[in-house]
Amino acid sequence: MDNPIPLSALQHFVFCPRQYALIHVEQTWTENAQTARGRGQHERAHGGGTEERGGVRTLRALPLVSRRHGLAGVADVVELLPDGSPRPVEYKSGRARPRLADEVQLCAQALCLEEMFGVSIPEGFIYHVASRGRRNVAFTPELRGAVLEARDGVRALLGSGELPPPAADERCRLCSLFDACEPFAPRDFPPGYDPFDTRLL
Amino acid sequence: MRTLLNTLYVQTQKSYLHLDNDNVRVEVEGERRGMLPLHHLDGIVVFGNVLLSPFLIQKLGRAHKPVTWLTEWGQFTARSETPVSGNVLLRVAQHACTCDPARTLAVARYIAAGKLQNQKTTLLRSAREAAEEDAPALRQAARDINAQIAVLPLAETVDEVRGIEGTAARSYFEVFSLMLRVNRDFFWLGERTRRPARDPINAVLNYVYTLLAGECASACQTVGLDPQIGFLHALRPGRQSLALDLMEELRPVVADRAVVTLINRQQLTPRDFTLHEGRTVTLTEDGRRTIIKHFQERKAEEVHHPLTGRKTPLGLIPHVQARLLAQHLRGDRPHYPPYLHR
Ligand code: SF4
Repeated sequence: MDNPIPLSALQHFVFCPRQYALIHVEQTWTENAQTARGRGQHERAHGGGTEERGGVRTLRALPLVSRRHGLAGVADVVELLPDGSPRPVEYKSGRARPRLADEVQLCAQALCLEEMFGVSIPEGFIYHVASRGRRNVAFTPELRGAVLEARDGVRALLGSGELPPPAADERCRLCSLFDACEPFAPRDFPPGYDPFDTRLL
Repeated sequence: MRTLLNTLYVQTQKSYLHLDNDNVRVEVEGERRGMLPLHHLDGIVVFGNVLLSPFLIQKLGRAHKPVTWLTEWGQFTARSETPVSGNVLLRVAQHACTCDPARTLAVARYIAAGKLQNQKTTLLRSAREAAEEDAPALRQAARDINAQIAVLPLAETVDEVRGIEGTAARSYFEVFSLMLRVNRDFFWLGERTRRPARDPINAVLNYVYTLLAGECASACQTVGLDPQIGFLHALRPGRQSLALDLMEELRPVVADRAVVTLINRQQLTPRDFTLHEGRTVTLTEDGRRTIIKHFQERKAEEVHHPLTGRKTPLGLIPHVQARLLAQHLRGDRPHYPPYLHR
């Protein structure tokens, strides 16, 4: 198996390949990205363990790996149903906004769990903290395909070491890497900008 | 979002800096002189005999906030290396570019162009404010620099670029004193001399350039560039060539402008200098304090960045430029765009 692709990379990649490359290839350090990641790890480290309620066991900070698909990471929360079948649950701080990136990340966890537990997992859950809503995500063949496609994309970018061009659309407004990325600054010199200008203004 | 954070400058001799929860506590002879939350700081610059506790140094390092040690007179001696933001690919690209004469030349030309443009702007702006008898000479110098800008694209080697830059610098410094409106008999500028300064203006310029170089070195480190591997400045052991490269565009608008303003507002006067036997000049402690204060205020002023199109505090321009250079080196933009001040 090649080095497994981290599950967190898939989510960044699906949201914006350049965001993925800035974080994982360029290792761009921003207060936001770094503190957010640090906080996530912190919470995981301290929230590990199990608890049981109504026959459902909750596992926290469960290490995941899929040799078959070349994925690895840590699941925030996995619920074990009374029959022992696992369901991944992702906690999102924002409000309920279906995003492919989140669903891909969740489904990638399911692929790992299927291999580790030897079961098939039809669905998982995304819990939106802001709206306290929980929604089902069905692991359709399309979604599973999207996971593997993202994995291949991540691997290709890692190998080439290249930085994809900016998305320069609505995504950028929400992106913590805006400053490092400068998505809207022209790539080449814009009109009126000329370092060799010899006018005397 | 990257915000403009403060650099803490400590020049009171025998100060002791240590951690107090998440604050930096400054003490002088056991007496508390100040407290600053760490998260407001970008880095710490200390002059001469100033002590930092090991815990503080480590905490700063982990938070990517470098410590710079200068002599009491502002000469660079050492700087802490924090765990760099990584990006080993950027470093490799930077090294590859310095091994490629054509690419190095292109970057060096743009850096020099930025500097010359900003020198021109500074002179023309002063000409508008100058006395009638001084304005023509300032404008003529601007025209001379313009002529050098015109030949810059023709330079075929980095040496030629340096030559063009040197010619422009002579035109510029010849009229530098004409930008001053007060205390002219005291503030004269002979030749540009590094240490030791032979006249008051050189003493101030050297000092301000040191502060600015420190900011530029931090900016390089923050984006993961190697501050020692430059393009316009020759590589030399112990020299922060890239930091000096980045500084070139900013000298006229940040450093020189500050010197002219401080003298014209009479915030810097002959009293702020010590003239030594054998024609050397140093700044007094008060003089240095005045400069640091002004420098800090100026960093907060917002300017329009001609390439990103955004309003940016002047103090963050080195960071923006370092990032644009990194993007060029990694193939994300075809040219390095220098900062052109309006
Ligand atoms: S700012 Fe936009 S283009 Fe840049 S990484 Fe973020 S989402 Fe992608």
